[in-house]
Amino acid sequence: MQTAAPIPTASPAGTAIRLRAVAKTFGKGEYAVRALRGVDLDIPSGELTMLVGPSGCGKTTLISILAGLLSRDAGEMTVFGQDLGTLRRDRLAAWRRDAVGFIFQQFNLVPQLSVAENVSVPLVLKGESVGAAVRQANELLATLGLEGRGRSAPLKLSGGQQQRVAIARALIHDPRLLVCDEPTSALDAELGRRVMTLIRDRSRRPDRAVVVVTHDDRIFHLADSIAHMNDGIVDRVARGRQADQPESGEKP
Amino acid sequence: MFRYAIKMLFGDSAKFYGILLGLGFASLLIAQQSSIFVGLMSRTFAFIGEVGHVDLWVFDPTQSYVDEPKPLRATALERVRGVTGVAWAAPLYKGLLVATLPDGSRRVCDVVGIDDDTLAGGPAEIVAGSLADLRLPDAVMVEVESSQQQLRFPAELAPGAVPAPGQVFDPNGPKRSVEVGDIIELNERRARVVGLVKCAETFVAAPTIYTTYSRAITYAPPSRRVMSSVLVSAAPGTDPAELAARITAETGLEALPPHDYAMRTLGYWMRETGIPINFGIAIALGFFVGVAIAGQMFYNFTLDNLRYFGAFKAMGASTWTLLGMVALQALVAGVLGLGLGLGAVSAFGLNAAGGKLAFKMLWQIPLIAAGAVLVICVLASVISMWKVVRLDPADVFKGP
Repeated sequence: MQTAAPIPTASPAGTAIRLRAVAKTFGKGEYAVRALRGVDLDIPSGELTMLVGPSGCGKTTLISILAGLLSRDAGEMTVFGQDLGTLRRDRLAAWRRDAVGFIFQQFNLVPQLSVAENVSVPLVLKGESVGAAVRQANELLATLGLEGRGRSAPLKLSGGQQQRVAIARALIHDPRLLVCDEPTSALDAELGRRVMTLIRDRSRRPDRAVVVVTHDDRIFHLADSIAHMNDGIVDRVARGRQADQPESGEKP
Repeated sequence: MFRYAIKMLFGDSAKFYGILLGLGFASLLIAQQSSIFVGLMSRTFAFIGEVGHVDLWVFDPTQSYVDEPKPLRATALERVRGVTGVAWAAPLYKGLLVATLPDGSRRVCDVVGIDDDTLAGGPAEIVAGSLADLRLPDAVMVEVESSQQQLRFPAELAPGAVPAPGQVFDPNGPKRSVEVGDIIELNERRARVVGLVKCAETFVAAPTIYTTYSRAITYAPPSRRVMSSVLVSAAPGTDPAELAARITAETGLEALPPHDYAMRTLGYWMRETGIPINFGIAIALGFFVGVAIAGQMFYNFTLDNLRYFGAFKAMGASTWTLLGMVALQALVAGVLGLGLGLGAVSAFGLNAAGGKLAFKMLWQIPLIAAGAVLVICVLASVISMWKVVRLDPADVFKGP
């Protein structure tokens, strides 16, 4: 297995997610695809970490594993001190419900539900009553500039508004880990910057972490660190001002 | 999440109405065809139910059903009366005879001859006239519903009037319903309508004509044996079942309570005709159409929502929660579809009430339809649930 040396994060806030030699293979025999070949990475608490790299390098597999959606085949991983590999399926689902917020590239807003109902889903899953959850959702939507849109159908909103609804859904239950998949792909530069600023602000607590998979170099400067992936491994982590400077010739 | 499951179901109106129509159509077909089948089969023994206050029917042991009597000797009546425990026994004639109307048209009628003395076995409801009028010369009473359609008199002939010698009526001319006083011929013998009665539609759907037993056998073709059945009332304190056994032992005739005789008649039609198969095919078609339409629609509905179920799963919804959502959606669609179908069948039944169409919705039929719809929903949702169970939450990160 090809592995890279552990990459120090030098994070002042401590480590939220720790991965060592994490590997994942899909399929068997001659059809096997080694998506992760031994990832070593520390994701700091209280920071926004971006995962970049060419298509097929394993970014989606990696965020799926650290969010508890996929199991690893080998290696070690802890998320806020919890080894997700030891959790049964139902406990893992409960952990995701309580600890993880997701922002999907395709938004995945349910068109038959109102905007506020979509946002309220994580709270309802935690057992909150629909009425109370929708009230909280409307309050959060107001802070995101969507005041009065709670009763609207998601499909009647612009792409940017839908993305903010998706962000509200990811944040409403105040998750410790926020996982974002191409959160700015549908947004123009200005809106993308505002959305990412909002997301980054949510990471500024010692018991929080934000991981963003992106190809959008317009937002690199907002990252606290950028992990570069290539062919199933993290081959470089850039921090601070370095993070805004991709290697010459690299296409993030 | 269950509230949101319902909103998801109602929100996709095209598929929701498709599912509803599929389930509604299935329950409509199942319940309507079952009701028509029951209604039709009920008519095969309806005449037995019309004859009230009878404990036993006595008939030839080889007789299969009530409309195919094997005539008994006249002595059968006295032999039955001689059995201990018989309070009274009355003869009954039942046979199909041809009635000729004043315009020369002919109709097959179901002629019932009841006991001259007691008039036992007479119709349950008399619309015009009195049962005792049957003792008048040439008197008959006709069943009003079928007669209004099949025993049509020339409109120019006044009720009770006799056509003038040589008077000819246009067979296609205006007609009127049969009325008290009208004259018809039964096997070329005069019969005068003295009353109108109502009785249940029978399977042969011929107008029923009541008269006395002694007159009925004069209308019937000459034969040594003309008595169709003997109606028996058990003496107080006598068990009808024991009495039936004694009658059979002492006369060699078969004796059955009305319910058993009705079931024997029903059994004949069920065994010997293709009616149950034909209706069974229609009912099965309803079921399979329901599975095909509603099942397919529901499956597509779930497939369309799979990415949202995937998102819910990623957000921490348990598989059981998602299965509950799918099951609830299927249940709600099933209940509404069933209601739609049964409502349509009920409207159909109300519209058919009193008409020629056989329709009888027993309380079991909605339960059967509900069971069938439940099976359809289970089949449809199980396939959909399988997709949800197999759903990989990590798929939500895959592109469109």
